[in-house]
Amino acid sequence: MDSGDRKAADGATQPRRVLVRRHSGTVRVTHWVNVLCFGILLMSGLQIFNAHPELYWGHYGADADWSFLALEAKRGEGGAIEGVTRIGALEIPTTGVLGASKVNGEIRPRGFPNVATLPGFRDLAEGRRWHFFFAWLFVINGFAYLVYGFLAGHFRRDLAPSRDQLTPRHLWHEIATHARLRFPKGEEARRYNALQKLAYCGVAFVLLPVMVLTGLTMSPGMDAALPWLVDLFGGRQSARSLHFIAATLLVLFVVIHLAMVFASGLFNNLRSMITGRYAIETREPKS
Amino acid sequence: MTIRIDRRRLLTGAGVTAAAAALSACAPLSASDGIRSVLDMAEQLTMRAQRLLLSGDALAREFTEADLSPVFKSNGTHNPDDEAYQRLAEGGFADWRLQVDGMVERPLSLSLADLRAMPARTQITRHDCVEGWSAIGKWTGVPLALVLKAAGLRPGARYVVFHCADEYEKTLDGSGRYYESIDLVDAFHPQTILAYGMNGRDLPIAHGAPLRLRVERQLGYKQAKYLMRLEIVDSFARFYRGKGGFWEDRGYEWYAGI
Repeated sequence: MDSGDRKAADGATQPRRVLVRRHSGTVRVTHWVNVLCFGILLMSGLQIFNAHPELYWGHYGADADWSFLALEAKRGEGGAIEGVTRIGALEIPTTGVLGASKVNGEIRPRGFPNVATLPGFRDLAEGRRWHFFFAWLFVINGFAYLVYGFLAGHFRRDLAPSRDQLTPRHLWHEIATHARLRFPKGEEARRYNALQKLAYCGVAFVLLPVMVLTGLTMSPGMDAALPWLVDLFGGRQSARSLHFIAATLLVLFVVIHLAMVFASGLFNNLRSMITGRYAIETREPKS
Repeated sequence: MTIRIDRRRLLTGAGVTAAAAALSACAPLSASDGIRSVLDMAEQLTMRAQRLLLSGDALAREFTEADLSPVFKSNGTHNPDDEAYQRLAEGGFADWRLQVDGMVERPLSLSLADLRAMPARTQITRHDCVEGWSAIGKWTGVPLALVLKAAGLRPGARYVVFHCADEYEKTLDGSGRYYESIDLVDAFHPQTILAYGMNGRDLPIAHGAPLRLRVERQLGYKQAKYLMRLEIVDSFARFYRGKGGFWEDRGYEWYAGI
């Protein structure tokens, strides 16, 4: 709309599309390994959750104890199996999706439906096998990323929000423009915006470490080796619940992340995470 | 230039295909032994890592009476329908004997009274089922180490195999009988006990009367109930399907520390 005015004001140069180096090789490789791990850990995790689809708080929790969340199956009036998602005392009918869903064409008790689990049929042992293999890969990959991030200055340079990005005025501006799906252009697009930085830091330094630590807390062997883990999360069942809650937040992050990738240019974003090159509009004179 | 883009496309394409294949086709793939053996490497890695961290006999947490689960869930077999077992139960297990044999210097046949006469250990611990639930119970019994020392292990002994009275899965060849095995690291751990008491009373039938194993740093399926015989061996490959336990034979990890 006002590009003509700006051009006139700048006078010197035409806006020009240039490819900048956006992501280092380490970031790109660890990102895609993480994508693979996340998909498999999530789906095999839902398989494991289905073996006892209830969440408790504290050290213990089983059938007779109070659970704050449950994916249950009940007999309806006609004798048909109905799925119920219970949060505290609130019961929500979720037949076909949560609590009870189709297995071989018949509605059966099932926490998460077969399409969401790995493997697709009920097999806790197989789910655990996939989960722990990819948990190791995820931890090794994440460790490599953290070492690189600190040593190569990636966190300091790219992820730590700059002072000017953290002013309430700037943050409000970013929220308002994000809500209208308008993203930084030109020089401002060279760096991550503040919301991006905060989201990535939250995932890399809070949610993913919480996933690993709560996962380890569920292991009776690890609890004997590192008793402080149990204290940190207030019990094994609390850790199991937090593992589930953090996983839910990660799914939420991935949904928003993918929506932003689409909204801000699918091709450009994908290319930058595969080849490292990201296109921005610049007015710099040719050098 | 063209070549570079093509190669780049090829690599991208290959990466996407591999990821898609991994995500969508794992179920059929998982049946293949190749994938299984790769995934099984994680179990070895987990066991080695935990054994490294657990050197020095780290103890599982012990709780207080106030922490006990109001109801301790009974899982697996609740009452073995084996005729011989039922006769023993009717007699209050007065005729029950624990056989200890295999690679030992002195095979033993121990009555409940013999076990109760040995030094006892009581511990309040958390039981973690592989399904995800936990319950806290108080267990009283004989440290397995004392029984093994009384029998005297012969050179080459590596595992204790626990033979149980319950047939958890009905099969024609009897391969559905419950059994478990642990190695000597866990067998000699101070919290590994043969429990005859639970929550201050005799061990109930639902929880494995007259005697069950407690191996506190592993999951619930290792805590074999209805013990009849301990067999000391150098390998468990010859038992049933060869994986060292009822659930292990059905795909679960032999090392159940996670």
